[in-house]
Amino acid sequence: MSQVKLGPQVLDIDYSAEAARIAGWMVDTLVNKLHRRGVVIAMSGGIDSSACAALAVHALGPKKVFGILLPERDSSSFSLDRGRQLAEHLGIEYKVHDIAPALEGLRCYEERDEAIKRVFPAYGEGWKNKIVIAGGTERGINFFKLVVQSPAGELHEARLPVREYLQIVAATNFKQRVRKTMDYFHADRLNYAVIGTPNRLEYDQGFFVKNGDGSADLKPIAHLYKTQVYAMARHLGLPDEICSAVPTTDTYTLAQGQDEFYFALPYQQMDVALWAHNHGRSAAELGEALGITEAQARLVYLDIEAKRRATYYLHAAPILVEPVVELAGL
Amino acid sequence: MADLKTELRQYVQDNFIMGAVATAFSDSDSFMELHILDSTGFLELISYLEETYGIAVKDEEMVPENLDSLNSVAAFVTRKRGA
Repeated sequence: MSQVKLGPQVLDIDYSAEAARIAGWMVDTLVNKLHRRGVVIAMSGGIDSSACAALAVHALGPKKVFGILLPERDSSSFSLDRGRQLAEHLGIEYKVHDIAPALEGLRCYEERDEAIKRVFPAYGEGWKNKIVIAGGTERGINFFKLVVQSPAGELHEARLPVREYLQIVAATNFKQRVRKTMDYFHADRLNYAVIGTPNRLEYDQGFFVKNGDGSADLKPIAHLYKTQVYAMARHLGLPDEICSAVPTTDTYTLAQGQDEFYFALPYQQMDVALWAHNHGRSAAELGEALGITEAQARLVYLDIEAKRRATYYLHAAPILVEPVVELAGL
Repeated sequence: MADLKTELRQYVQDNFIMGAVATAFSDSDSFMELHILDSTGFLELISYLEETYGIAVKDEEMVPENLDSLNSVAAFVTRKRGA
């Protein structure tokens, strides 16, 4: 049997059938496994949480879906506006919580800024920052650069030493973890389950915070490539502003694409690379499909495998000395 | 070079290998292939080299050829100190 030529077309699926499949799975999961009456979903205005909210409404109806919008000091204003727009488009009840005071209480911003100041002593009020990944397909060893922008608009960048990199990430992880705390507050009071919104690329490659956005009761799009999530959102009739948005982290104060922060390539290419890797396609074939060299394609495959190994920790459930056999099979 | 390799081996064992049944690795074994160092591990190694041996590792020097085995790291540090 001849293989499909490698390219974006390998990701084409029947979206109507897939939406129906996810709907059936969601109802079965809530009723028969989790015994919960609806779902809570944190809505960032981004494509993943938007698609998940639309799928939940498709499956359960708007009365069983509760949305929460969780802006903080560094969130883009678009994020809150789009989240509201979507909640109203779907007809679901929602609540806005500003989590900046909680993050301030935890010293999230202070811890992050202390680390930044060790690299750029002038950093302070009015400055912005982001982290950019480097290395990868060019060199094979990933590292991170800190980019800062002064109030006058001047950009500076420096490689991040490991201690500062880990402190910045640990501090900003508070954001995802506090958001998840709000998810579970509403889930507990409503007897609902919490939806997690990673797409396949994020889930596979460990692009989430352990016990932050990585924590959830059900994940309706973790099997869908990001390209497919965009297509599903269009299929479900979501507003164009949401369907056209570029994936960002919406975590750092300088606008930052996910491909700048974590992935070796833009998401459209990463999807094809991940699909190709999962289906045993050669590095030569991937290189031709993406317009990169075979050597670069091999590094992309090695990076996919390295991220899976390095982020196994994020997926791992608590590990016991020996199984508690009475719970097996429940 | 022999002393430097001994120091580096001790550093890798103390920081990246755990337990009584330690992963044995030869001077030429790849840290990546044996999964001794991940991406954060390489960043830690670079910080250690800079602080301990007083060298500055440039972005373009962060390549497996310079960092992915005991032999490579020792040769890299020797070159940088001699430069």
